[in-house]
Amino acid sequence: MNTWQDKAIHTILVGAASTSILIVLLIFFFLGKEAFSFIWDPGFGHLFHTKWIPVSFKEEIFGIVPLITGSLLVTGLAVVIMVPFGVLGAIYIAEMGTLSERNFLKPFIEILAGIPSVVIGFFGLVVLSPIIKEIFNLNTGLTGLTGAILLAFMAIPTVITVSEDAIQSVPRAYREASLALGASKLQTIFRVIVPAALPGIIAAIMLGTGRVIGETMAVLMVTGNAAKLTINPFDSVRTMTATIAAEMGEVAFGSHHYQALFWVGIFLLIMTFGLNVVAQKFLKKYQMR
Amino acid sequence: MKFLNKESLIVNLVRVVTYFIVVVVGYLLLDIIVKGLPTISWDFLSGMPRKSGAEGGIYPAIVGTLYLVLGAVAVALPLGMATAIYLSEYAMQGKLNQGIRLAIITLAGVPSIVFGLFGLGLFVLFFGFGASILSGSLTLSFMILPTIIVSSEESLRAVPMGLREASLALGATKWQTVYKSVLPFALPGMFTGSILGIGRAAGETAPILLTVAAFFLPRLPSSIFDQVMALPYHLYVLATQHPDTEKVLPMQYGTALVLIVIVVFLNLTAILLRNHFRKKIQW
Repeated sequence: MNTWQDKAIHTILVGAASTSILIVLLIFFFLGKEAFSFIWDPGFGHLFHTKWIPVSFKEEIFGIVPLITGSLLVTGLAVVIMVPFGVLGAIYIAEMGTLSERNFLKPFIEILAGIPSVVIGFFGLVVLSPIIKEIFNLNTGLTGLTGAILLAFMAIPTVITVSEDAIQSVPRAYREASLALGASKLQTIFRVIVPAALPGIIAAIMLGTGRVIGETMAVLMVTGNAAKLTINPFDSVRTMTATIAAEMGEVAFGSHHYQALFWVGIFLLIMTFGLNVVAQKFLKKYQMR
Repeated sequence: MKFLNKESLIVNLVRVVTYFIVVVVGYLLLDIIVKGLPTISWDFLSGMPRKSGAEGGIYPAIVGTLYLVLGAVAVALPLGMATAIYLSEYAMQGKLNQGIRLAIITLAGVPSIVFGLFGLGLFVLFFGFGASILSGSLTLSFMILPTIIVSSEESLRAVPMGLREASLALGATKWQTVYKSVLPFALPGMFTGSILGIGRAAGETAPILLTVAAFFLPRLPSSIFDQVMALPYHLYVLATQHPDTEKVLPMQYGTALVLIVIVVFLNLTAILLRNHFRKKIQW
């Protein structure tokens, strides 16, 4: 039945589809390849130093701990801001707003998702950071908090879109049963629908968090980029992504500094990969229903 | 009655939170439009930059972004569409299928700067393309591949089974069925997905930072092995690397406006097209 043409096309399509697997493998391979020899010289343990001083006349130190804490601080703050806006926004769009509000809000949120990160970073630099400086009476508005606010806004569309999807997929019968039992609209939303959609909402938050950790330009422009160990949101911090973007242009290819930057990339990849895989597990949970 | 008041209070609270997002985004867009517009002129759009971007235009950056985006789409579109056709029409449940899906999800989550590192390692250094349009386009194409695959697959799956069954029942082969009975209905949706991908590619900075972008290069590229300027990177440079960032503020706003107009225009087109086709095709 199958002609040779059908077989040829099948082969081509399998080939094209497999490219994605190949690309993922190549990413892991090439990151590993460039970073590899750092394990022996100067030694893997050097990465866990608490100082990042990649350029120095005395001794160069490639401890990525302050970069990881920088990323975690900014990400943590961003998530705290992102969750209420994202989840409540999704609830409003899915359950409370009118149809015309929905038809306006959904495309608007998608527009926000499309604004380039460098533009958001620029806005943070010229508009938000002076405000932060003023309000908290700081020497500079370039702080971890400034970055976190921008990142939260960049991740809100992801959280809203995925959460809203999860809320929409809660079967009508749940809603009707709850209302029939005499529950009010709000009780139905917060006691029945949101709990039923929870796996999807958790997945949405994790996907948003993945975006926040991996975001580069906005944080590079507004966090001040001081690589120090701090948990103070009003301090200048340097994230993993910003470090790669800022320093990769100036390093000698193959140097220890160059390899250390690839290690930062590997850790970043592992973190986002982990978040994504777990998020997919949660997504499957509600899609199975 | 008291009970009702509490309900509407909470609803209003949630409404305020939601519209706060709209206000902030609206303010951002308005700020850039109002402060960017005075800079926009024919000279700005079609002139070469002078004095490391402090004066003149942004023409090479616009052209650079255009080349990078076209290159990325030329690679990612056929690859993404073929992958989507395979996943939707051919793939059986199995190891390969699972592997491909995991790979797409992974790709979608890879941070853009990691794509930059990868492009640097593979294209710039290993293949020896150097910092060039070719390296940058290929890196961007891998980045937008998941977007194109996911939306293409969605539009393929929206085509009713009956069309396929009818075609197969008439004796058409698998490929004839896909080509004649499925693809024509799915194509609009597939292109919509690629427009979203183009929008992303046009605005991304981190991947091109390490693979192609030139700080200041007041001429047009002559081959795909040349470096180019790009709009997002140009904005970054003007805003953070320029010795006198205050003085070039109008140039920054102008560049931001051009970038945002391009990206928002692309996204809006994609969203409207998608809504249009969703309404038009009713099975």
